[in-house]
Amino acid sequence: MISIVEDACVDKRGWISREEMEELIVVAESTPGPIAINCATYVGARQGGLRGAVCATLGMVLPSFLVIFAISRFLDRFLEISLIANAFRGVKLAVGILILDAGWRMLKRTPKKPLPLFLSLGTLAAVLLASILDLRLSSVVLMLGAGALSLLCFGLGRKGGGKG
Amino acid sequence: MILWELFWGFLQVGCFSFGGGYAAIALIRELVLSRGWLTEELLTYIIAVSESTPGPIMVNLATYVGSTQAGVPGALLATLAVVLPAFCIILGLMAVLKRFTENPWVKALMTGLKACAAGIILAAGLEMLAGNILGGDGADWTAVALSALLALLWFGGSRLLKRKPSPILLIVLAAVLGAAAYGLSI
Repeated sequence: MISIVEDACVDKRGWISREEMEELIVVAESTPGPIAINCATYVGARQGGLRGAVCATLGMVLPSFLVIFAISRFLDRFLEISLIANAFRGVKLAVGILILDAGWRMLKRTPKKPLPLFLSLGTLAAVLLASILDLRLSSVVLMLGAGALSLLCFGLGRKGGGKG
Repeated sequence: MILWELFWGFLQVGCFSFGGGYAAIALIRELVLSRGWLTEELLTYIIAVSESTPGPIMVNLATYVGSTQAGVPGALLATLAVVLPAFCIILGLMAVLKRFTENPWVKALMTGLKACAAGIILAAGLEMLAGNILGGDGADWTAVALSALLALLWFGGSRLLKRKPSPILLIVLAAVLGAAAYGLSI
């Protein structure tokens, strides 16, 4: 995905410089939302202000919107065919593995320091425990808590370091 | 009202999907299961379809859920809601792009948020895998065997190639294996 964006915006059209593109990818990784959308918004805004940003973002979303909208109209009926239904029973297993792998990769990229590790494993344990006990635990609340705790620890560490 | 629920739900997903498409999947899974918009089964199918069609997964999922719950207006609103936070944040950060990523407070916050997201994704993956293997009544041994085989191919493949193989390849392979295994056993 990134290589397609880079090819279109840097190499072919020269809309932004390679350096800018690299910075943008770093920012996109630290903000919510898909990188492709972030790139479209940024390049659009650089070239054509707010209107450019809206148009570029719409352009990025439109193809997938149309494809999925079309699929949403007939997926149920499609699944009634037994060959397809059996195939999807296999596909379901693959999706579980892909998600597990994505989580594992992200855990490996987590800095091996007490706080991040505590947040990763604590979250994992909390979510699993809640699901076993059939409790409702909002991921949004967990993330807000993790964010607040990170800022608090960083602030305290900084203050402590300044004094010592 | 369903349109408002769709908008608000997917706006939250858009705001908290730190760590890429799979973080969004974990959040969307929580949203659609708690509201009863999709079953776990249908959700995994749509994730597979999204992996094989163009566009970011979270946009695809928002469009699908919006469309099946409330037609064209639902699809438009849910898609808008999931994209809006990313759009606004990039516009707001344009002037300070570099300084933003180098700010130590931002770095500390991102480390914490991504660590938390890793836990959420792992938990979602484990729950899905457990659901797949255990099924409704006892263990589904065909699913256990297929999962083991697919996991072996996927992780073994990544080792051998020294990079991540294409998820689409795994999905296609799983479809063929699923059709063969379940088709023959019934």
